[in-house]
Amino acid sequence: MNTLKRIGFALLAPVIAVLIAMLATSIVILASGSDSSAGDFWSVILAKPENRIMVNIINQTSMIYLSAVAAAIGFRMGLFNIGVEGQYTLASYTAATFAGAALLPGAINVFASLVIAMAVGAIWAGIAGILRTTRGVSEVISTIMLNSIAAILVGYLLDQYGEHGGNQVRTKALHASSQVPGWVPFEDRDGAIWTLGLLAVAVGIGFWVLLNKTRFGFDLRATGLSQTAAVASGIKVNRMVLVSMLLSGAVAGLIWMPAYFGSAYTYGTTFQAGLGFTGIAVALLGRNQPVGMIFGAVLFAFLSAQSNSLVFQTDISPSVVQITQGVAVLAVVIAYELVRRYRIRLEQRSVARARTAPAQEVAA
Amino acid sequence: MSAAAADSVSADAVHAPEVRLSGIGKSFPGVIANHDVDVTIRPATVHALIGENGAGKSTLMKILYGVQKPDEGTIEVDGTQHSFRSPTDAIAVGIGMVFQHFMLADNLTALENAVLGAERLHGIGDKARAEFESISSRYGFGLRPDVLVETLGVADRQRLEILKVLYRGAQVIILDEPTAVLVPQEVDALFANLRDLRSHGHSVLFISHKLDEVLAIADDITVMRRGTTVGEADPKTATKRELAELMVGSELPSPETSESTVTDVVQLSLRDLTLTDEAGRDLLSDITLDIHRGEILGIAGVEGNGQAELVETVMGMRRPTAGRIFLGDEDVTTWDTRRLRESGVGYIPEDRHRHGLLLDSPLWENRILGHQTRPPSVKGPWINRSGARKDTRRIVEEYDVRTPGIDTVARALSGGNQQKLIIGREMSGDPVLLIASHPTRGVDVGAQAAIWSHIKRARHDGLAVLLISADLDELIGLSDRIEVILRGRMVGTFDPARVTPQDLGAAMTGGNA
Ligand SMILES: Nc1ncnc2c1ncn2[C@@H]1O[C@H](COP(=O)(O)OP(=O)(O)OP(=O)(O)O)[C@@H](O)[C@H]1O
Ligand SMILES: [Mg+2]
Repeated sequence: MNTLKRIGFALLAPVIAVLIAMLATSIVILASGSDSSAGDFWSVILAKPENRIMVNIINQTSMIYLSAVAAAIGFRMGLFNIGVEGQYTLASYTAATFAGAALLPGAINVFASLVIAMAVGAIWAGIAGILRTTRGVSEVISTIMLNSIAAILVGYLLDQYGEHGGNQVRTKALHASSQVPGWVPFEDRDGAIWTLGLLAVAVGIGFWVLLNKTRFGFDLRATGLSQTAAVASGIKVNRMVLVSMLLSGAVAGLIWMPAYFGSAYTYGTTFQAGLGFTGIAVALLGRNQPVGMIFGAVLFAFLSAQSNSLVFQTDISPSVVQITQGVAVLAVVIAYELVRRYRIRLEQRSVARARTAPAQEVAA
Repeated sequence: MSAAAADSVSADAVHAPEVRLSGIGKSFPGVIANHDVDVTIRPATVHALIGENGAGKSTLMKILYGVQKPDEGTIEVDGTQHSFRSPTDAIAVGIGMVFQHFMLADNLTALENAVLGAERLHGIGDKARAEFESISSRYGFGLRPDVLVETLGVADRQRLEILKVLYRGAQVIILDEPTAVLVPQEVDALFANLRDLRSHGHSVLFISHKLDEVLAIADDITVMRRGTTVGEADPKTATKRELAELMVGSELPSPETSESTVTDVVQLSLRDLTLTDEAGRDLLSDITLDIHRGEILGIAGVEGNGQAELVETVMGMRRPTAGRIFLGDEDVTTWDTRRLRESGVGYIPEDRHRHGLLLDSPLWENRILGHQTRPPSVKGPWINRSGARKDTRRIVEEYDVRTPGIDTVARALSGGNQQKLIIGREMSGDPVLLIASHPTRGVDVGAQAAIWSHIKRARHDGLAVLLISADLDELIGLSDRIEVILRGRMVGTFDPARVTPQDLGAAMTGGNA
């Protein structure tokens, strides 16, 4: 099969899934009996994004993508790290506190903070890894619990050591010399594309190389495909569990860093929670594939950003796009299976044709 | 006794239908698995299906059992045409199948396994139990309903699988390579069961690569080659040679006799190796043995007597409770699997699906498995894609793996071809020691001869082999020395030049050697 056809098949399933998701959303809007129609909804969502929203979509995509990669590292070897949320919450707070303290100057401060974020994320995920390898505790359970603990812990630490102002509390603001705002493509008021969004590009390339080109990646995939075969091939599964939890947590630690150094400059109400769960959905949508997850991240970022305009132009709640997102994740699983079967049937038919063609000649 | 048997035959006689498959065709991406297949299974007969690896036997059986849909052709049962959408449809007309990989729930009892999923037939109470016991005694299965499946050996598991199918009312029973996992005594017992089934009016369709067995039991023989039926043979007059030649379409290579190549350099040495489970029971007791360079040591035993544990301990997948393992001069007792493999230990696992392959990965990635740290699969920390692909092509060529290409996933290969790939892989990179569990299980006679000569050639170059096999011909033909294992102990040493299969069989089952 030629490359063009292969790409076509690869895109077929996601396209089907998105169409199903759009259909389901339209039905929900119709059934909800709101004054605005499904048509109004889609005309808002599918409108050309304003400049400001365009910037926002790109920035959100980078963070969602980082989160998806974090989840996918675990998924690829059959580990369900549901704890990305807790890992990046704790990592973001710690890194923001460290960066805000300005112990180091300018760029070195940024760099050190990123390392700290990764380390904290890794440690938090590593706890689940150690519980799994030494005590056999399912990482699903432990990471969910670690999510709650992280939220409580950060709340407490912020309250204890943060700067209180009005009824808000936040970490010490980042010194201007360590701010990394980014590139302004339109007007100043439309905002900047965060420089550290490039972290997502680097992590994506790194993930692809790791999976497909390295021995470690091979071991990771082999463990995910068949643990028994992995053991027989000499892979130390416990070590793999631990290392991939650490890696997954380290990537999770980076999730909010583009926003922090790009525009938030402090951890407080500015912190964007929930990206950890979005990442899991996007990893599923993109089948844990480095490229597939780019599309998933763009889709999610696009829908969320566009939905904000719903409030001004319709009486439909922006949270309706969550239905679109959710259905897309479910539908894609089914769509992939259908496309796979269709493809096999096509290939079978071409094999059968190749055989019967000469046979008929003989018969005739 | 014989009068009573005759009575019971007439009392519970079943009348298996005539099953006729005509013009069956089935293609998979890149291969035609079946085309123009015609087979007729006469009522109350044992019908053998033979053919090379990849000839399309399993595919045909799966079609007959409704697991796969044929692209073309018809299935007639007693003259009525059927198209099966699932195994349920096949069962409904009395066709049942036992797969090569058993599908029993270990932690349930025999009765529970039989009833599971067929509760509607006889309920789950006394009636079910009575039905179970009546089937078991009618065909001489000797299965107790309350025994836990995990305590059953392979032969009993297989009988339970057959009972399960009978419980569902099957009159035509399909068995895919039922004898591959059995030692000769168990094969005899299974055949006695099959004869009982036949005399009660059932039909049996089975696949085997062992031609002696086929000649011993079959009423009809159908031969497949390259996806189609190429002929029938009469078991009363046909010889093994003729069958083999029908299968491969050419003459068989005659087995080469070879000189002993045993050296006096010890390659693997086990000293008082003991392994106990969590409950403190001995799985292996005080096993002491040496294998020299250029020597093949065969281990004979009924499956489940510690062979698997022995292999896993030597491979570093289990830690011995006591005793030492030496590879050459080195004490490797605490080494892990990877380090052992890096030192040149090849491993052909007993269960190729669970331990030998990544079923959903392409063949060239499967070439890397177990060799992740050695060329040609890797360069430092990097996967060497082109090196691995090139070497996979070599294996496909040298070991005659029948596949559309090296990008095909392992799952799409026939059982025997998967095995050939594993052998080729484990013989790569000049291993010093080969741990081989049932190396030719499921491969056809031609491929078996080829694999044997590969192993003999490597032995000639100094390879030491620990060979575990249920096939006594293989053990006797290949080994320089045979040890018998029984309940985790070595209970006797035999010289393959002089031992008979009967002697070995007696020793394996605890009779006097
Ligand atoms: N699910 C599948 N997808 C693709 N190809 C398949 C699939 N199943 C079987 N084949 C191909 O069909 C052919 C016949 O396979 P089949 O398993 O029927 O052989 P077989 O006669 O049972 O061989 P063996 O003796 O090795 O078990 C093989 O070339 C195999 O690669
Ligand atoms: Mg087969």
